[in-house]
Amino acid sequence: MAKINLKNLEKSYGKTKVLHDLSFDINEGELIVIVGPSGCGKSTLLRMVAGLEEVNAGSIFIDDKKVNDLEPMERNIAMVFQNYALYPHMTVFQNMSYALKILKIPKDEIYSRVQKAAEILELGELLERQPSQLSGGQRQRVAMGRAIVRNPAAFLFDEPLSNLDAKLRVQMRLEIKKLQTQLKTTSLYVTHDQVEAMTLADRMVVMNEGKVEHIGTPLEVYTKPKTLFTAQFIGSPAMNILECECKNGEIILSNGSTLKINTKHQGRANLGLRPEDFSIDENGPIKLKIELMELIGANTLFHCRLEKNNEPVVVSIPGVLENKYIGKSVGFSYDNSKIHLFAINSNQRIS
Amino acid sequence: MKNNVIFKGWWLPLLLVAPQLIISAIFFFYPSGQAIWNSLFLPDPFGLKTEYVGLDNFTFLLSDSYYRASFLTTAIFSISVSVFSMGLGLYLAVLADRLIKGAGVYQTLLIWPYAVAPAIAGILWMFMFNGRIGLISWYLGLLGYDWNHALNSGEAMSLVVVASTWGRVSYNFLFFLAGLQAIPKSIIEAAAIDGANFWKRFRSIIFPLLSPISFFLLVVNIVYSFFETFGVIDIITAGGPEQSTTTLVYKIYADGFIGQDLGSSAAQSVILLVLVGLLTVFQFKYIERKVHY
Amino acid sequence: MIEKKKSGYWLSHLGLCLGVLFIFFPVWLAFVGSTVTQDDILQPPYPVLPGPHFFENYSSALFQGGPDGYDTGQISVLKMLINSTIMALGITIGKIIISLLSAFAFVYFRFPGRKTFFWIIFLTLMLPIEVRIVPTYQVAANLGLLNSYTGLIFPLIASATATFLFRQFFLTIPSEMVEAARIDGATPMQFFKDILIPISKTNIAALFVILFVYGFNQYLWPLLITTTPDMQTIVMGIKFMIPTGDDYGHWPTIFSTAMLAMLPPVIIVISMQKFFVKGLLESDK
Repeated sequence: MAKINLKNLEKSYGKTKVLHDLSFDINEGELIVIVGPSGCGKSTLLRMVAGLEEVNAGSIFIDDKKVNDLEPMERNIAMVFQNYALYPHMTVFQNMSYALKILKIPKDEIYSRVQKAAEILELGELLERQPSQLSGGQRQRVAMGRAIVRNPAAFLFDEPLSNLDAKLRVQMRLEIKKLQTQLKTTSLYVTHDQVEAMTLADRMVVMNEGKVEHIGTPLEVYTKPKTLFTAQFIGSPAMNILECECKNGEIILSNGSTLKINTKHQGRANLGLRPEDFSIDENGPIKLKIELMELIGANTLFHCRLEKNNEPVVVSIPGVLENKYIGKSVGFSYDNSKIHLFAINSNQRIS
Repeated sequence: MKNNVIFKGWWLPLLLVAPQLIISAIFFFYPSGQAIWNSLFLPDPFGLKTEYVGLDNFTFLLSDSYYRASFLTTAIFSISVSVFSMGLGLYLAVLADRLIKGAGVYQTLLIWPYAVAPAIAGILWMFMFNGRIGLISWYLGLLGYDWNHALNSGEAMSLVVVASTWGRVSYNFLFFLAGLQAIPKSIIEAAAIDGANFWKRFRSIIFPLLSPISFFLLVVNIVYSFFETFGVIDIITAGGPEQSTTTLVYKIYADGFIGQDLGSSAAQSVILLVLVGLLTVFQFKYIERKVHY
Repeated sequence: MIEKKKSGYWLSHLGLCLGVLFIFFPVWLAFVGSTVTQDDILQPPYPVLPGPHFFENYSSALFQGGPDGYDTGQISVLKMLINSTIMALGITIGKIIISLLSAFAFVYFRFPGRKTFFWIIFLTLMLPIEVRIVPTYQVAANLGLLNSYTGLIFPLIASATATFLFRQFFLTIPSEMVEAARIDGATPMQFFKDILIPISKTNIAALFVILFVYGFNQYLWPLLITTTPDMQTIVMGIKFMIPTGDDYGHWPTIFSTAMLAMLPPVIIVISMQKFFVKGLLESDK
């Protein structure tokens, strides 16, 4: 177990800067998920912590020790790769024990450590197989096993589930969570999948274009996104963003509809409305024209347009609803305590 | 993605490339430089000293009718070997590709001459046409044709071409077969549904799809006939009769080792060096273009 | 399959059989020649069916270099085969080792002179030994390498083909593989030995076949570098058995030797056919 501190990290490839002045701390035993769209620099950040990428500026501390110039091995971290990176010519046992062999750990200790890890991961019967004889989920487990046997200060996960099919991904997600709670090893987990991020993270770091947008618990990030980007990136379907005018505690939409809210803000702003916070209400303040309905199981999605000015809005209502609304104009009310406002220029949250 | 995963350090990689660099330097760059240097000198008849003659070796060479003839000989020889071995290779590959079963057996039966040394291939063909014991020359004699490749330059050329082609068919067969098998069956089936018969399909679809590989093979075969066929020529004709089968490479050897004319041989090396350099650049450019497809 | 007509199917077989006949015919005649007596051969027409002298022809060639009372000053064919095999293995193994090392350096390191060295090695692609034969011979002679295995082997192991093939293959290995090894704490040479070499196995085997054939079949270089019979390789040694002028030579011995000269590379190509095809198709591209 270790804590990791990142201070003012910078990284560029040639003239393109991929990380801008990035700082945050990871507490002992915590699982931090870095989430963001592809190209936001999240993998680069992880690889810098691993020691696979050079640090251009700033410092990385593992347990208060500056590790910028240390080899990956000397940082005592373990990493799980997206494509698992198992050595194809080695058996599962050899894959898991390779690092220990290099450390010249005695044979019987290697054996007992691999056995223990294999037990935790239910790999016992597969130890003599080659990676090519394993299923995707099993390979994933071996990759985890390779990380576990080392007893590292931290685990680094680089999109470890994205090569699995949807069903297996949900299952492995739970296993990783269970494993991490059990082992209490400090972990840094990178993914582009916000559901994975929400479900796994103790705290999550939302990144965009090389900058941190929001650091917080999944609940904080979901309920009080600090920036417009976070608001739109987290949550599915994505939050509706509409332009509005704030005047004396009232929000006036561009089509004239009004919502009541407690804010001192005056003037133009971006209004964020989560699809799941609407409810059908004949007398509701928001009138939407329904274009399309999608039944997705527990919820029904309405693809609508704001009356008068045709701005698209998505609404999600619990339950399976009939198609009778299509083409009609329907009134909706919105839970006023869940209104999000963002400043026009800075895109920062307005409280 | 660029491979940006690298190990640190500089002395280890230098140590790793050192063996190849050292061997290249001793047996490759130094001799090549030596060839350029020697091409500017003329040894006196007793081999006691050499005299700087500038480009004289080159001007003499280019005015030498035997040398100029060896260019033509090389061209005729290389092109004949390339065309015949490619034609035969393609023909056999097309037939093998049409079979559902058994293509593998034919592949085994057809590829092994690749492993036969050109010099040995030369022996196999030479004795069949040998004036004293040859089977084919004997039957030709019964038909009233007096085969003698030791005297007749046309026969000598045909024989070295046939012997070289024999050893080269396997190579072309393998490449063409791989090329044919890489053509998606759906394209050919679509053409068949459009009503094209086999020859139409071959001309309008298969052959155009094979053209990149054919071009590649042409260059490779020409380079092969330049260099690797030395053994065939040396065994069958030793460049004769009247230097009619003396290719550029054979002449470098004949003038350098048998004629002991080091200056001329070196000048010939330099000319061939430039020629092969151009051919390689040409081939490389082509391959580079292929990568961008 | 589209072709449904039986006739086309049988025509394909017929065409292929003609091709096989063309390929086998000269070798068949040589085999026949290696099983009959000198008199059978000298009396036309040349026989087309094997005779009963297989064993005596081969054993006299292998162990004496010819029948009793027939002296060409040659060594036994067995010794030639041994020389050829040593040369072929030396060239093959030497090339594979130096190419693996330098390809490893080019792909997994950034070091001063990397680009320059790469181009220097690329240059060696362009110039086979035949072009620079005279000065290379002089270098070998000056280094005292005439009539030595070193002289037979070393000038031929400097070539770029194998280096490029390995480089090409290394570039296709996912970069995560080396990252995982680094995180596991492997040093560069540990990664090379424990991971890179084992996963290059099929490529090494493919190259082995191609290079063995190349090495075994060398003709011009051994012809120059060996001046004493006991260093002769089989492919060039046979040249001195062939009669010149009014000489008759001993044809059963020549044919036995020719058959023996073909045997090792042909066996390797056929028995490792899968690797051979892979190596051939990849190394020249």
